[in-house]
Amino acid sequence: MKIMTRVLGVGIALALAFAVTSCSTTDDNGGATGTGSVYFLNFKPEVADVYTEIVAAYKEETGVDVKVVTAASGTYEQTLTSEIAKSSPPTIFQINGPIGYSNWKDYTADVKDSQLYAHLADQSLAITSGDGVFGIPYVVEAYGIIYNNAIMKAYFAMADKAVSINSVEEIVTFDLLKAVVEDMTAKKDALGITGVFSNTSLKPGQDWRWQTHLANVPFYYEFTKNKVDLSEGVTPPTVTFEYGDNMQMLFDLYLNNSTTDKTQLGAKTVDESMAEFALGQSAMVQNGTWAWKQISDVQGNTVLAEDVGFLPMYIGVTGEEKQGLAIGTENYFSINSKVSKADQQASLDFLWWLFSSEKGKAFVANDLGLNAPFDTFTAAETPSDPLAQSVQVWMNKDGVTSVSWDAMLIFPSQDWKDGFGADLLSYAQGKMTWEQVSEDVISTWEAQAR
Amino acid sequence: MRVSKYIRKWFPLFALPTFLAFTLAFLIPFGMGLFLSFTTFRTVDDAQWVGVQNYVLAFTENNDFLNALWFTVRFTVVSVITVNVIAFALAMLLTKAIKGTNIFRAVFFLPNLIGGIVLGYVFQLLINGILGQLFSQDLTYSSAYGFWGLVVVVNWQMIGYMMIIYIAGIQNIPGEVIEAADIDAAGFWRKLVHVTIPMVASSVTICTFLTMANCLKLFDQNLALTAGAPQNETEGLALNIFRTFYNMRNHQGVGQAKAVVFFVFVAIIAFLQLRLTRSKEVEG
Repeated sequence: MKIMTRVLGVGIALALAFAVTSCSTTDDNGGATGTGSVYFLNFKPEVADVYTEIVAAYKEETGVDVKVVTAASGTYEQTLTSEIAKSSPPTIFQINGPIGYSNWKDYTADVKDSQLYAHLADQSLAITSGDGVFGIPYVVEAYGIIYNNAIMKAYFAMADKAVSINSVEEIVTFDLLKAVVEDMTAKKDALGITGVFSNTSLKPGQDWRWQTHLANVPFYYEFTKNKVDLSEGVTPPTVTFEYGDNMQMLFDLYLNNSTTDKTQLGAKTVDESMAEFALGQSAMVQNGTWAWKQISDVQGNTVLAEDVGFLPMYIGVTGEEKQGLAIGTENYFSINSKVSKADQQASLDFLWWLFSSEKGKAFVANDLGLNAPFDTFTAAETPSDPLAQSVQVWMNKDGVTSVSWDAMLIFPSQDWKDGFGADLLSYAQGKMTWEQVSEDVISTWEAQAR
Repeated sequence: MRVSKYIRKWFPLFALPTFLAFTLAFLIPFGMGLFLSFTTFRTVDDAQWVGVQNYVLAFTENNDFLNALWFTVRFTVVSVITVNVIAFALAMLLTKAIKGTNIFRAVFFLPNLIGGIVLGYVFQLLINGILGQLFSQDLTYSSAYGFWGLVVVVNWQMIGYMMIIYIAGIQNIPGEVIEAADIDAAGFWRKLVHVTIPMVASSVTICTFLTMANCLKLFDQNLALTAGAPQNETEGLALNIFRTFYNMRNHQGVGQAKAVVFFVFVAIIAFLQLRLTRSKEVEG
């Protein structure tokens, strides 16, 4: 029995030692240098490599190690949920807006005294609650209908075109857009395209361009009319989907003048949609500023940088001649309030370096391609891609009001959006009427907004 | 008697590593999960007690959970039957003296080595390609496509494994028993029903248990192949729990409650099935 106890004792001691050493190794991962460590949980997989370079440059300049982990596409919330419970949690993470803030408010530190916030060009963009500032937007993005002017010019040069306008800039209402698009569809063989719009990708998980981005437009008008304060980030308990029929008009236009048959959209992805545009098979595609890299990276891309531009998403609302692009952000930095003060400060220092130093700003504008909303950036330091430039043109047009995309930030939940997407797919397949879609939108909103 | 004394003496030591691993990887998380199902929480170390509210919501909020349960049951019944019948038939075939049985065994076993996500995506491409060519449709068009698609994927994946188990069982049948049946002039079906199947009953127990447990817990293939489309009609229990936990607002606790219900459900079914098939086993 003596041997037994001794062996057991050794076994337990070994097990304990193992547990202790494994804990201490994870602590080392933070790369502490005595001044606080930084761990950034990155949201955008497409720029994961850029962050590796940024971190190396920062280390060279300041000697501070920054750990960057990138969540796989579409898994940010899961990754954050598990990472933040660990013993060395992320010190910088990202929230997607007011809803994200309400989910994570126990973990976001007040950053109103930070330099980053002080230099935010429009401080109303930040996520605030009471006196505190809990999320700082680091990019301003826009979306609308991207067009290929080479094809549009070919159309407007046709002798038998059915419209009286002569350039894409003259399209300022839904009716004009519809007239042009339907006439282009009639002449698609002469134009050398398979459809005016790229496919309406409705595969589950690939439907965000419709259930979030397109849906933002009718809800923006509804909330504006009902004077719902979007900046508070509170999801209203009910909606009427008053402008749903307007959304249907534009959605129908997409479906009926598409490269792809309505019944086959359930297998289509955003990538395929963008590839069709890049290859010149379609003249228009609904997407945002982030799409240029995707378009230009397609092998055999025929779209020239000087030919791409944005049109607003007109849905036939009165006064829409003055409607601009949908502008906003879904990307806010938050600092983890549950890590040490030193770590919080080190994190803010890193972000401040990234958005204010020459080196950092070069990374932001050229490699990350972000339209950063800080006054540390001069006009020359905006990204060079043509979609970002087109946004600048739209934002500076006289009398044009941008559609705030804050409306989509207060949609009740991912599940609500996915359900809406599934309804839109059923509608495209002819299995649901628009009335049923509308009823679903209203009832599921009420169920999930609690 | 010396042997059993040694076993008794050293048993705790040899059981220790397994016991530690079991505690760390199962008992502790399970206990936490059970506790969390009675709370609302954002991260696992920060929870507020709400009683049975989560369990009530899981069943009453909407019909999704019950629909997922019904889908899982239908899917499991169909798949357990098809997988086992086909695997047994293949095992019978490949224990005959045919040339190249080893190659065939390897070929049938290979799909089992591919992960569920990969299989799901590959079959999604295949099935969408076929449906597109034939009917201009895709998997999202009808829940029947997704259901049978999943049955095909799971069959493809599990048949090889079950076949190997059946082959081992069939090869273990003593030659004399078969010989005796032959001498009694028993035909193929008689031999199958009265000799082969009773003799491999323990393999049947293992195989039905494995297929059933895997089908009830189906997740990767479900996520990759259909992700619930259309309208969550092809959503199994595991996927429904995942969606509740991650995609619905402040529903982590409800997702956890569903997971506990799911565990109890799988445990009861597995227990009943084991008792049922065990009782049919004969000593070989």
